[in-house]
Amino acid sequence: MKPLRGTFDSRSAKALGDPSLQKALRNFKPLFVAKRAAAVAELPDFERLRDTAAAIKDAVLSELDVWLERYADKVESLGGKVHFARDAAEAREIIREICRKAGARTVCKGKSMVSEEIGLNEVLEEDGYRVVETDLGEYIIQLAKEPPSHIIAPAIHKTREQVADLFEKNHPGRPREESVAGLVNEARHVLRERFFESDVGITGGNFLIAETGTSVIVTNEGNGDLTQTLSRVHVVTSGIERVLPTLDDLSVFLRLLARSATGQDTECYTTLSSGPKRPGDPDGPEEYHVVLVDNGRSKMLSGRFRDMLRCIRCGACMNHCPVYGAVGGHAYGWVYPGPMGSILTPLFNGLAENYDLPNACTLNGRCQAVCPVRIPLTELIRTMRNEQVKAGLMPASQRRMMAAWGWVARQPGLYRALERLGSRMLRLRAGRSGALSSLPGAGAWTEARDLPAPQGPTFIDQWNARGGDQ
Amino acid sequence: MNRELFLHGIRQAIASSPGLRARSALPERPQPPVYGDGRIGQFTDRLEAHACSWEEIETLEALPGRVLAWLDERRIERRMAVAPPLGGLPWPDGVYHHSAPAGIDESVAVSLAFAGIAESGSLAMYSGPDSPITHNYVPEFHLIAIRAEDVCDSQEGVWAKLRARGDMPRALNLIAGPSRTGDVEQTIQLGAHGPRQVHVLLVRAKGGKS
Repeated sequence: MKPLRGTFDSRSAKALGDPSLQKALRNFKPLFVAKRAAAVAELPDFERLRDTAAAIKDAVLSELDVWLERYADKVESLGGKVHFARDAAEAREIIREICRKAGARTVCKGKSMVSEEIGLNEVLEEDGYRVVETDLGEYIIQLAKEPPSHIIAPAIHKTREQVADLFEKNHPGRPREESVAGLVNEARHVLRERFFESDVGITGGNFLIAETGTSVIVTNEGNGDLTQTLSRVHVVTSGIERVLPTLDDLSVFLRLLARSATGQDTECYTTLSSGPKRPGDPDGPEEYHVVLVDNGRSKMLSGRFRDMLRCIRCGACMNHCPVYGAVGGHAYGWVYPGPMGSILTPLFNGLAENYDLPNACTLNGRCQAVCPVRIPLTELIRTMRNEQVKAGLMPASQRRMMAAWGWVARQPGLYRALERLGSRMLRLRAGRSGALSSLPGAGAWTEARDLPAPQGPTFIDQWNARGGDQ
Repeated sequence: MNRELFLHGIRQAIASSPGLRARSALPERPQPPVYGDGRIGQFTDRLEAHACSWEEIETLEALPGRVLAWLDERRIERRMAVAPPLGGLPWPDGVYHHSAPAGIDESVAVSLAFAGIAESGSLAMYSGPDSPITHNYVPEFHLIAIRAEDVCDSQEGVWAKLRARGDMPRALNLIAGPSRTGDVEQTIQLGAHGPRQVHVLLVRAKGGKS
């Protein structure tokens, strides 16, 4: 997908002024947070599983070449084909070629973040294929021609009425449905026909198992399973970091994933696929392809952001992020929103183009506290800011302010005098109320709340007055 | 891109981080849960938690009668896709059943699970000539028979069973309840794309009580 237009600032302002988005965000947040907390509380081993999962990922990443090779050999021994894509353009070309060779007309898709990352739908549509997203949330936003606003609940920003409008417009000849049950049923009937027409089925790969040459998807709807079972050709798109050594390692991650993502103990469907249809099999795809996508990941492997490669795309970080909760996913401008996106988007699409993302974070650390693979998200966001400063990306006004502050801070006498002066002026301006409802230069801050005025002498003056150690 | 060149890039990245390759020891994993005598109870509790219904049957021969009673109670037509190993059971005359892959209008499927998982109330379906994958996802109503002795404590038990068999099926489908979605206003709705109802028929262990 192409990055959205505008800046984080302009997109956030739009999001804050969108009443249906604000309603959706208010509804969703307590639901995900409470459900995760309840699911985690029921599993005493959860914290140990987090440690184990992080350690498995670290071990695999340190020998990623070995595990990928073992995985690819196993897939090919089962009759599957593994493709290696260095970047998004290569990945798109590989998949276009598979569709061309298959003589495809209809391409069904299960949910795949990598396919969003590489901008697959656009090129397949340009080639003239009928591309159908089959996850209900993805289907809704495909009809609305919008990008996902959450990685596991992509249409979270749409109200029931908006979905009803979209279906009415896009499903001619069907009566308008208003209820959730009616809308889900309508999508079931419409998409059922697409599944049976599908020539190429494209899914993601939550995990790849080296031991057995298996790709794993987890879904609640069963759409990914219908996609990959009924299509003649199954294409798995996956980042290189998704490989795990054995089925037993997979179990560690499956115990974490659903609890962290939706607060379920397990998703409805966990499917392990190994190669194409075999002799005697009554159904299943005739061809099985895996497209392993690097797209900047191997660069992350060698740098300061390696921990980010542990990410299993559960969405817990954004579910717990106060900034995401206020502005939703579109404000982040690309495929990956929230805390994980504030690191991934600058890495994939450029530090300069995404200057705002790491700087929009309050560093409150809630994301890090819930990450199932213990990614030090706040640390990485701080590191990202550091990289931006090193690259000279900090705006000149900010840089001048920081330089001025830095100079003053190195002159203790002057610093304290200015501090005393500032404190006194703020108190004077606040008067009896003890709070400032407006302040020149901080209008954006005081627009939504009052600034409490300093209550008395500065800390250093109080320290000295009380005879504190020098 | 060429595989060797692709892997070479990854090798270079690893080599440029001193000491990274030495950190390749895999950790010890926490022990999966073990339920002892409570295994079947745990399994059926989790089935219910995932909105499955279930009943116990003495032997597999009792299956056709129970399946038909379940359908009749719900006024569902006696037409169904039946897994090949169950097709030879004593189905009464007038019941239409076939073992081909499920068609677009398939309403009912009756399957035999390879294993169960007590920890999560999941059923493991082993794809192949005896178990078409489409039976698991296309119909609205899915009735799944499972032998009590095939219910494992955890996923790890299923992996051990697979290793003992020496092969991996083309598809191993783990099913925990009917298909569901929360994509419209986060309201959970059953029957998104797959079955709306899943009914489990637990076949007692060979030697007596399960």
